[in-house]
Amino acid sequence: MKILVCISKTPDTTAKIAFTDNNRKFVTEGVQWILNPYDEWYALVRAIEIKEKDPSTALHLIMVGGADCDAVIRKALALGGDEAIRVNAEPRDSFYVASQIANVAKGAGYDLIFTGKETIDFNGASVGGMIAGLLELPFISLAARFDLSGNEATLIREIEGGEETVSVKLPLVIGCQKGMAEQRIPNMKGIMGARSKPLKVVEPVAAESFTEIVSFELPPVKKGVKLVPADNPEELVRLLHEEAKLI
Amino acid sequence: MSVLIFIDHSEGKIKKTSLEAICYGAALAKQTGVPAEGILLGTVSEDLGSLGKYGIQKIHTVSQESLNQLDAEQYIRIISTVAGTCGATIIVLSHTNTGRAISPGLSVRLKAGLVTGATALPETSAGFLVKKNVFSGKAFCTVSIKTDTKIISLNPNVFPVKTGEGSAEIIAENIPVGPPVVTIKSVSKATGEILLTEAEIVVSGGRGMKGPENWGPIEELAKLLHAATACSRPVADAGWRPHNEHVGQTGIAIAPNLYIAIGISGAIQHLAGVNRSKVIVVINKDPEAPFFKSADYGIVGDAFEILPKLISAVKKLKGVA
Ligand SMILES: Cc1cc2nc3c(=O)[nH]c(=O)nc-3n(C[C@H](O)[C@H](O)[C@H](O)COP(=O)(O)OP(=O)(O)OC[C@H]3O[C@@H](n4cnc5c(N)ncnc54)[C@H](O)[C@@H]3O)c2cc1C
Repeated sequence: MKILVCISKTPDTTAKIAFTDNNRKFVTEGVQWILNPYDEWYALVRAIEIKEKDPSTALHLIMVGGADCDAVIRKALALGGDEAIRVNAEPRDSFYVASQIANVAKGAGYDLIFTGKETIDFNGASVGGMIAGLLELPFISLAARFDLSGNEATLIREIEGGEETVSVKLPLVIGCQKGMAEQRIPNMKGIMGARSKPLKVVEPVAAESFTEIVSFELPPVKKGVKLVPADNPEELVRLLHEEAKLI
Repeated sequence: MSVLIFIDHSEGKIKKTSLEAICYGAALAKQTGVPAEGILLGTVSEDLGSLGKYGIQKIHTVSQESLNQLDAEQYIRIISTVAGTCGATIIVLSHTNTGRAISPGLSVRLKAGLVTGATALPETSAGFLVKKNVFSGKAFCTVSIKTDTKIISLNPNVFPVKTGEGSAEIIAENIPVGPPVVTIKSVSKATGEILLTEAEIVVSGGRGMKGPENWGPIEELAKLLHAATACSRPVADAGWRPHNEHVGQTGIAIAPNLYIAIGISGAIQHLAGVNRSKVIVVINKDPEAPFFKSADYGIVGDAFEILPKLISAVKKLKGVA
């Protein structure tokens, strides 16, 4: 079994979101970078579980980004995985990133390619499906469970208002969300071991980007809360009915 | 040239999110001076022609029963084929679970730039600029699509559904449907419930509700308001409520018109999933709870005392005994 887990780095969930350069750039000063939670908690941990069950599994991690990603890649390797590949390029857009990953994966014989359901910064939810499109593999999005029996995967995926159990032959691409696995904390042995694991840096191939970020903006600030006395919830109902006109 | 809108359905009915997508696509077609066409895969019990009242002129159909369930590979192939024959330069779908499954594949196949989670009509006077949500609801960004063909997946509950006059011409497409690559073995679906992602009102409970046995009033309030129920992450993690109710940075992101948060502190990761709600009501016994900073209306007090009074006030308003 050969598995590729696509990872990316995102600002910490509590990071202050601010923009500079005429709202064209995200302010990175003071920002802590973490592994995108969907990639880490669900995609990577589930892949690690597969390797724990079958130690002959080759587990590779891949990230598209500059040298500033290496610390986050080492953190991922501290959780598990045999080696990491970094495609040395600025991630220009989802299609560009997917093209780089597909290029590495093409002909490399991966049985499973895991991604998180989306990143918590760009919220694109596109890279996994695009890799599948480029490699002509099936794509299961919003997967909440994954089981393997021989050459066949059984997955639970979320559909609106419920879930579906599906089966599909390997190889395939999976977008992982809650339910896939439980979050893990790397231990000392993992952290030490991660330092000596190979981190291969490969140069990007020529690829298009379809889109480009032009500017950012923050949502309008709330006017402030209107408090209603605790002994008078009727007043809240009145406000929601007459003022907000929502009920 | 045309705008092609993917129309999704469930249990024979067009989804509300698809009606939003149709209205969005129709407005965009008008804005760019081209016709609006739809594509519907599978079978529905509704009269499709009447969808014309949302501003759509034609609907291409492939009425195969097997397409009533999501089959991403077939969907992508068929939509791409129809997009080709009707010369679609813009494809609109909704950023729902189905949209997520097919939009990236469509982007690759049509070599079309994709923006997911759009929150407004694009700016088309110079270039093609789409506004979308980023940083999990904490910011917006404007994305320029550079390709000739463009794909937009629209966030649920951001574009109003408006009806006018008109009827749509139905065009039955003769496109062969292959065997599915992914076999659906079973489906479990709550029927008749209001979907969290589609709900206009959401009533949500946090750890302040103390335990699953106390959810009766939350469910009752939700029912009275035709609302969906949601919860904070620790509540789902503890198994008090199902995982599909977990909203926030690592759960579902929603944007209802009204979000009522009861016994939820308002941690930044929770806010990330709900801060696009148009109006937020917070009920919390701690006046310092961070959620009050993001709220429009609030009550500082014990939820267990407030909820019964709130429920009877809503009943009175709705004329329910
Ligand atoms: C990476 C990461 C991702 C996360 N993702 C999410 C996410 O997606 N969604 C999410 O929700 N959380 C998420 N969290 C967790 C988040 O940080 C908070 O811990 C969580 O939201 C708190 O849930 P809560 O408000 O229900 O509980 P608490 O923080 O314990 O708050 C309970 C609240 O109830 C109030 N209360 C208690 N009793 C009563 C009463 N009788 N009447 C009225 N009020 C009462 C208290 O004053 C308190 O404000 C994430 C955390 C991390 C680190």
